[in-house]
Amino acid sequence: MVPTSYYIILSAALFAIGVLGVLIRRNALVVFMSVELMLNAANLVLVAFARERLSIDGQVLVFFVITVAAAEVAVGLALLVAIFRTKHTTDVDEVSTLRG
Amino acid sequence: MDFVLFFITAAVALIGAIAMLVARNAVHSALFLLLNFAAIAVLFLLLQSPFLFAIQFTVYAGAIMVLFLFVVMLLGAERVEDTPDRIPWQRPLAFVLGVALVAVAVAGVLRGVWEEPPGGEAAAAFGDPAQLGALLFTDYLLPFQVTGIILLIAVVGVAVLNQRGRAAPAARRTPTGE
Repeated sequence: MVPTSYYIILSAALFAIGVLGVLIRRNALVVFMSVELMLNAANLVLVAFARERLSIDGQVLVFFVITVAAAEVAVGLALLVAIFRTKHTTDVDEVSTLRG
Repeated sequence: MDFVLFFITAAVALIGAIAMLVARNAVHSALFLLLNFAAIAVLFLLLQSPFLFAIQFTVYAGAIMVLFLFVVMLLGAERVEDTPDRIPWQRPLAFVLGVALVAVAVAGVLRGVWEEPPGGEAAAAFGDPAQLGALLFTDYLLPFQVTGIILLIAVVGVAVLNQRGRAAPAARRTPTGE
């Protein structure tokens, strides 16, 4: 059985890559993908601890995270499409005003 | 056997994530992220959660990534970062902060006391989807219902955000200089 600490380190690395993606990339779609990556890193550590503690509650939490992530992606992508319709770009540097 | 599978899958997950970060084309980014999601699904299976393995594949790797690919191709937004960066010092700073984040996490893990995850009969029976379903409809019934409402609001929100025809009142007001 693989120790839980290995999963935590892997998850930390994936989360840091997600943070880097949000900080470095300027394509709003890739920034959004990086946010998904961070959510997945958190999910992984939740499932790892659920196994460590033999408590299924962690898995229920991951189920909810995945559901909310699905709703978040739908709304977020709709927002991006709406922004693209007025600004004709998905570069986050170009979309720096609150006006539509 | 477990270790071999873990290290191969972890390597695939890390390669997928890093490739997503550095790929210049957003379509490639999405496909590398798909690889990463698949690797994480396999890790879920290693951690005895077959239900989440299935959910990860169908919802994340299936529905969410198809939505991403569809929007990337719809907007034609594969390459938009041709212009020079407006904040050039941000990139090295981001690397330093990212490495610091991993270092803090690893330091925290190393300080902890880790025992072998429990084995035995209780561990063998762990992770049955029936357990998860029973908990979902007893202890977590209220959050479960709230999730349904969240999904409904998301559907309505998407429909409202992308409606055409009836122009927003704010847009009509601007030409008069109001």
